[in-house]
Amino acid sequence: MKSRFLRLTALSLALVTAMVTAASCAKAEGADTKSYSIVNVSYDPTRELYAEYNEAFKKHWEAEHDSKVEINQSHGGSGKQALEVANGNPADVVTLALEYDVKAVQDAGLIDEGWVNEFQLDSSPYTSTIVFLVRKGNPKNIKDWGDLARDGVGVITPNPKTSGGARWNHLAAWAWAQREYNNDESKIIDYIKKLYGNVLVLDSGARGATNSFVENKQGDVLLAWENEAFLSLKEYPNDYEIVTPSISILAQPSVAVVDKVVDKNGTREVATEYLNYLYSEEAQRIAGKNFYRPSNEKILAEFADTFDLKINLVTINDFGGWDEAFKKHFADGGLFDQIYKQD
Amino acid sequence: MAAEKTERVMPREGSTEIHADTKGSKAVRIILITLSVLFLFIMLVMPLITVIYESFRKGFGEYLKAVTDDETVGALLLTLEATVIAVIINTVFGLFAAWAISKFRFRGKKFLVTLIDLPVTVSPIIAGLIFVLTFGRQSFLYSYLEEIDFMIVYAVPGIILATVFVTFPFISREILPVLEAQGTDEEEAAALMGARSFTIFRKITLPHIKWALIYGIVLCAARAMGEFGAVSVLSGHLRGQTVTLPLQVEILFGDNKYMPAFAVSSILMIMAVVILIVRSIVEFIGRRKGEE
Repeated sequence: MKSRFLRLTALSLALVTAMVTAASCAKAEGADTKSYSIVNVSYDPTRELYAEYNEAFKKHWEAEHDSKVEINQSHGGSGKQALEVANGNPADVVTLALEYDVKAVQDAGLIDEGWVNEFQLDSSPYTSTIVFLVRKGNPKNIKDWGDLARDGVGVITPNPKTSGGARWNHLAAWAWAQREYNNDESKIIDYIKKLYGNVLVLDSGARGATNSFVENKQGDVLLAWENEAFLSLKEYPNDYEIVTPSISILAQPSVAVVDKVVDKNGTREVATEYLNYLYSEEAQRIAGKNFYRPSNEKILAEFADTFDLKINLVTINDFGGWDEAFKKHFADGGLFDQIYKQD
Repeated sequence: MAAEKTERVMPREGSTEIHADTKGSKAVRIILITLSVLFLFIMLVMPLITVIYESFRKGFGEYLKAVTDDETVGALLLTLEATVIAVIINTVFGLFAAWAISKFRFRGKKFLVTLIDLPVTVSPIIAGLIFVLTFGRQSFLYSYLEEIDFMIVYAVPGIILATVFVTFPFISREILPVLEAQGTDEEEAAALMGARSFTIFRKITLPHIKWALIYGIVLCAARAMGEFGAVSVLSGHLRGQTVTLPLQVEILFGDNKYMPAFAVSSILMIMAVVILIVRSIVEFIGRRKGEE
């Protein structure tokens, strides 16, 4: 009986060892052909975009080079992702929601200064903007930013502390209030306070917020990336509609090669080409198809039916750049903290 | 043994008495049973049915496609790897710790027992953050780790570390009471007769604790497979690399792939059911052996 127990133990141990070796063997496979493996740490709503782009890039790379390339994705709230890279998540490239988050990685000593000019157009290959997604027929008659502060309107937006999209939302609302109240800061703050008072769920990332609104049916209006709003519309064409506010913000997601990581992994060439190819016509078309505004004017024109190209957009420069905007609005003890604490 | 027998009989008599007392109030019994069944149905059975229903909503072919997806298989292998390693490490550690605590007297013993329980009381998220701060780029250890090219956070070792951390009390906690109840008499007798320590362990200690040990292993494995919080903090969510099954469910859900998300959940559910069956068998055999 005792020996049976021992035999059982030995058997299960053997099984376990076999399983672990099998698992590690599976990983080591294909090591003999030269192949690169790069990690792209991105933000939440780019999941579909990069799933499609990675396939296109693989074909492009393998057609021109004698090597294979494999791309591993990681998605999450932009601020959180930047923090993880700063803490050691081995990203070869970051494709985040805004310049400030890439700068956080630079400040950690991983990206060399001057990355903004490494690729065209301030290293933002595609842009987007912030729109409203409302339920079909717009039952609460939400037309512009002012309506979001009305009593009885439930607003869904992610948390500006962790989400890049939420920061763009916040600044777009601010831009509208600035125009509406002639730069009277106390009135602007009153408005923003009322707006956040109407927020029902403050998710950590844009995709979580979309799920709260679309899947869990929370709230009357979702402040969303334009691409995220279009994606919801594509999935449920009969349930939602998009409202374009009278003023919004040009959201410029930023991309950068993480210098420290690519130098260590020897992946600089493929990582640089990976970001460069985002500007190719093929990639720009993929961006447009996934509802990001292509930065290439010619390709953007092809999508004139999709996007409202006449929308009135402010840019981050109207806020004095990201450093200043972040310090004023989102830093610890900044305006967002003050406003949200008083609620 | 005799003392154990009488103890075993006593509650039985007691329970029949209680039964007789409450026989009159049948209504109470029915209400209580209905409430428990209803509660179990809402909390357990309904969600399980939902998982199965949603997994197979688009047919068996789609289900098979979802569970054989490369990333999902990778997540399954990683989950198994982390679970197996956590069980091995915790078995060894649990045996050592429980042995030391029950057989020797030393200073700080109570403190050690409290420390072992720590992972149960610390929130897994905090555990994850502790490891990020200890082994991440912010830490002074990072440069040494980088030199030997051994990445812990946002890599597989981090996942294993997190899993070991959250499950390490399970095995020692199961063995400890058995060892303590047994005392040291038999081991001392064997030692006096000249048995070597490994022989003592194999012939005397192990037979006493083996059912508790197996039960502890089962619990440890169950907890390891389902761990989400600590692993989520340490994972970095690198798809196909540092994603375990519970994380894969979250990712698929965020990708708007609901059917696959439920299909992957069903894998976890099947694993849980297997563990439950193993547990029942272990308990059954263990009890029969105890009665012999």
